[in-house]
Amino acid sequence: MALSKEQIARYSRQLILPGLGVKGQERLRSASVLVVGAGGLGSPAALYIAAAGVGTIGIIDRETVALSNLHRQILHETAGVGRPKSDSARERLAALNPEAQVVAMQESLEAATILERLAPYDVVLDGSDNFPTRYLVNDACVLLRKPLVHGGVVHLGGQVLTILPGQGACFRCAFPEPPQPGAIPSCQEAGVLGSAAGIIGTLMAHEALKVLLGLGQPLVNRLLVFDGHMSRFREVPLRRQADCAVCSDAPTIREPRAYSQECRGVEVGSMKYEVGQDTADPHQ
Amino acid sequence: MAVTVRIPTPLQRLTNGQSEVQCTGTTVTALLNDLEKRHPGVKERICDETGKLRRFVNVFVNEEDIRFLQGDQTAIKDGDEVSIIPAIAGG
Repeated sequence: MALSKEQIARYSRQLILPGLGVKGQERLRSASVLVVGAGGLGSPAALYIAAAGVGTIGIIDRETVALSNLHRQILHETAGVGRPKSDSARERLAALNPEAQVVAMQESLEAATILERLAPYDVVLDGSDNFPTRYLVNDACVLLRKPLVHGGVVHLGGQVLTILPGQGACFRCAFPEPPQPGAIPSCQEAGVLGSAAGIIGTLMAHEALKVLLGLGQPLVNRLLVFDGHMSRFREVPLRRQADCAVCSDAPTIREPRAYSQECRGVEVGSMKYEVGQDTADPHQ
Repeated sequence: MAVTVRIPTPLQRLTNGQSEVQCTGTTVTALLNDLEKRHPGVKERICDETGKLRRFVNVFVNEEDIRFLQGDQTAIKDGDEVSIIPAIAGG
């Protein structure tokens, strides 16, 4: 399929990139990306994925838009408070790039259904907000051998890791187990600067586009850590763990399994980090 | 003997907002104990009740994961750089 005149105009600044071109653009058009969470990370990630011309974008989020989301969740707008995030996201992405087919799902990922939800997509971006979902998404992507871009953000900083199952460390190789729910003092939010979520979410989109295009070197076996306090990036090397519960040669996890959902938003509370008072909005 | 320890964002409130602090110690365990002395409350976020590193926290000495060195008995020398990196779930 040749590109239309309008498509050539729309994508002209990236079409001229070495290694992209018409072939790369067509590759993006026939590609699909699932964005888990239409929140602080999913918003910038989905916007750049859609803008770049990825043909099919799945977006899954069970929440509705809250006023306290808007300082960072740039897919949504003030008039959309109370609407399902998945709907709000679909509209915003369609307005940005009408060529993108957006599959909006207002639900949470569950162990019983995650494999079928993820299966149709080429790459998964995890912008969720809690450890149970993050480990579930990692395990499912490893089981499906599906590329996964992990991003996490809190306060002023965050981290990004690209997981190509079988080729590099998975999230569980990096961090073998989620915190115990019993060790968690609070489900409340810990606070985050919207621009930090923008930086991490944008990096996630960058990694996904690179993986789809086969461009450059993805963050495989390299955990990129953003110290937002100093505005400094560092990376630490990771390796596949011979005893990884899901991606080793003798895995103990052979199907997606649920972790405690009793405390979502455990991300930082689990380490007894400073906890904010945003009780009206504990999830995203 | 001074070692630079990089503090993860969520714990920086325990280090007066500093992302790097200086500590001393000849092993990772000794270093973390010194860190705790200077900045009370940090160690329990990193280690469990038995003193073992929590499974969602990693420590790197000069950018090498201590799980591939000698764990918490990994030797530390003057000028080393130690990074504490927890999993982050926020989105």
